[in-house]
Amino acid sequence: MRQSTGFKVGRAVGLLAFAVYFFLPLLAMFDFSTQARGSAEGRTWDNWAFMVTDEDLRSSIIASLLLALFTVVLMVVLLVPTMVWVRLRVPRARKLIEFLCLLPLTIPALVIVVGIANVYSWVTYLLGDSPLVLTFAYVVLVLPYSYRAIDAALAAIDVTTLAEAARSLGAGWFTVIVRIVLPNITSGVLGAAFISVALVMGEYVFASLLIFDTLPVAMAALNKSNSPAAMAAALASMVFVSLLLVGLTFLSRDRHKQGASS
Amino acid sequence: MTDLATERGLAVELSDLTRVYGAVRALDGLTLHLEPGELVCLLGPSGCGKTTALRILAGLDQPTSGTVSVGGRDLTRVPANKRDMGMVFQAYSLFPHMTVIDNVAFGLKLRGRDGASRRKRAGDMLDLVGLGQHADRYAHQLSGGQQQRVALARALAVEPSVLLLDEPLSALDAKVRVQLRDEIRRVQLEVGTTTLFVTHDQEEALAVADRVGVMNAGRLEQLAPPAELYSAPATKFVGEFVGLSNRLPATVTAGVASVLGQEVPALDGSATGSGSALVRPEAISVVADPSGGATVTTVQFLGPLSRVTCQLADGTDVVAQLASTDAVRLTPGDAVRLEVAPSPVLVVAD
Repeated sequence: MRQSTGFKVGRAVGLLAFAVYFFLPLLAMFDFSTQARGSAEGRTWDNWAFMVTDEDLRSSIIASLLLALFTVVLMVVLLVPTMVWVRLRVPRARKLIEFLCLLPLTIPALVIVVGIANVYSWVTYLLGDSPLVLTFAYVVLVLPYSYRAIDAALAAIDVTTLAEAARSLGAGWFTVIVRIVLPNITSGVLGAAFISVALVMGEYVFASLLIFDTLPVAMAALNKSNSPAAMAAALASMVFVSLLLVGLTFLSRDRHKQGASS
Repeated sequence: MTDLATERGLAVELSDLTRVYGAVRALDGLTLHLEPGELVCLLGPSGCGKTTALRILAGLDQPTSGTVSVGGRDLTRVPANKRDMGMVFQAYSLFPHMTVIDNVAFGLKLRGRDGASRRKRAGDMLDLVGLGQHADRYAHQLSGGQQQRVALARALAVEPSVLLLDEPLSALDAKVRVQLRDEIRRVQLEVGTTTLFVTHDQEEALAVADRVGVMNAGRLEQLAPPAELYSAPATKFVGEFVGLSNRLPATVTAGVASVLGQEVPALDGSATGSGSALVRPEAISVVADPSGGATVTTVQFLGPLSRVTCQLADGTDVVAQLASTDAVRLTPGDAVRLEVAPSPVLVVAD
């Protein structure tokens, strides 16, 4: 179908407008974060280097990255076997599990934090006060999104038959989940993982109210004393998460090609 | 049965199996014995318990009561992955992320066989089902029939003590179904594995099985070689479920049934007194006779055979199956006489 010139021009203008709307603030952030201080002329990378040189900021970045990693691992370890088990053995419980997993979505983060503050005083008492103990709260926080992603992937394959076939060939439950189910739901698990990373990298309410120094908390604090450096960190974290999401899109597209037809 | 069979197959014993799901008794005291190397088909309408029986034998379901033993070993409480059985499912069950050969070798891998011998054995099994050249494909690149062949190769690769086939052909189209059914039988005879084949398709069951077990409402109605099942049904259900039967009014006295004015032997288990005789269409011949008391209503051409429907004076429809060369002489409206061949019939109470 031929498109009229008017349509093409309109589309180009529209895209341009959106691009300006989205990228201008990012460019402004970049500009602000690379301006030399005071009255000096020219550009500087000092604010970007600050992420590495500043002890507190650096440790908060590491804490957030580790938190993201642990959250993903714990989420996968908890959710995948549970969901497979429920599908295979207790299908009646599926609605209940779904309800429980979606529950955190309906409760404001603030309410949850107030609720678990007392629990966390025990957690920190038992496990120390490293920000990594936030993993437990974050797993709950990412449950709704992860559940959806993994559930869709499980629905796309015949888990029951695949599991029974593997069982009849001599596979135990661990083998069934790790070697048969997991490789066939990788796109769903990846999706769940990336969304979890994005959520954890940006989570402020839990960390701040439970007084842990994660990247968002450190950024907020830094913004008061050294806003160009805070801006650099914010932009870096945004780019990191965007790259992850773009990567996810490409990964799942490849998988679709590979598993096409049938 | 081949010599190979008696060497390699194991006897299977299902004793008094009961399976209750809530208010439903899926199995109601099923007892079934499979000779070593034998292929037994369980045949029955959906919901008769045949698949439940197979799944209990596979360990994928637990009986409410009763026992399962293979080769004299009690397996009732042994989990599915320790039972050493090969199974082909109704749904396509190849692992989508593995190539064909990896699928076939999966069971061997779990048994700790080394890579080279695994590939060799898996390759041999694929050759056995005629798919050696597709070893490196994925399931989605194969047709349904090919997928089921790979599933058969995969089930047999581990040298299972028992082969279980759960309606493996019902997702396939008619032509492939017949081909693959014959192939399953050929392969089964070759490897000699004791096999339980569950199907709702009687033609399939009669064609491949050493013995066919007809099930109804969780119980085994009759277990017999196909020819016997067909010619001498033990119960009314079997007579009506297997093959086509006419129900004709009959009276039985001293083991002889009087049907359409003719005397034929009554099978054991027949009702005495008056009832209905189950008479096969091929046991009825149609003779042109103006005073015969029956009228031809339709003539259906089926190739070498034709099916002729006649109506008796009292309105009863009778289906006869004749050679097409005889049937061409008949046209709807002809007055005819029906004769019943003197083969034994089952007479059931009305």
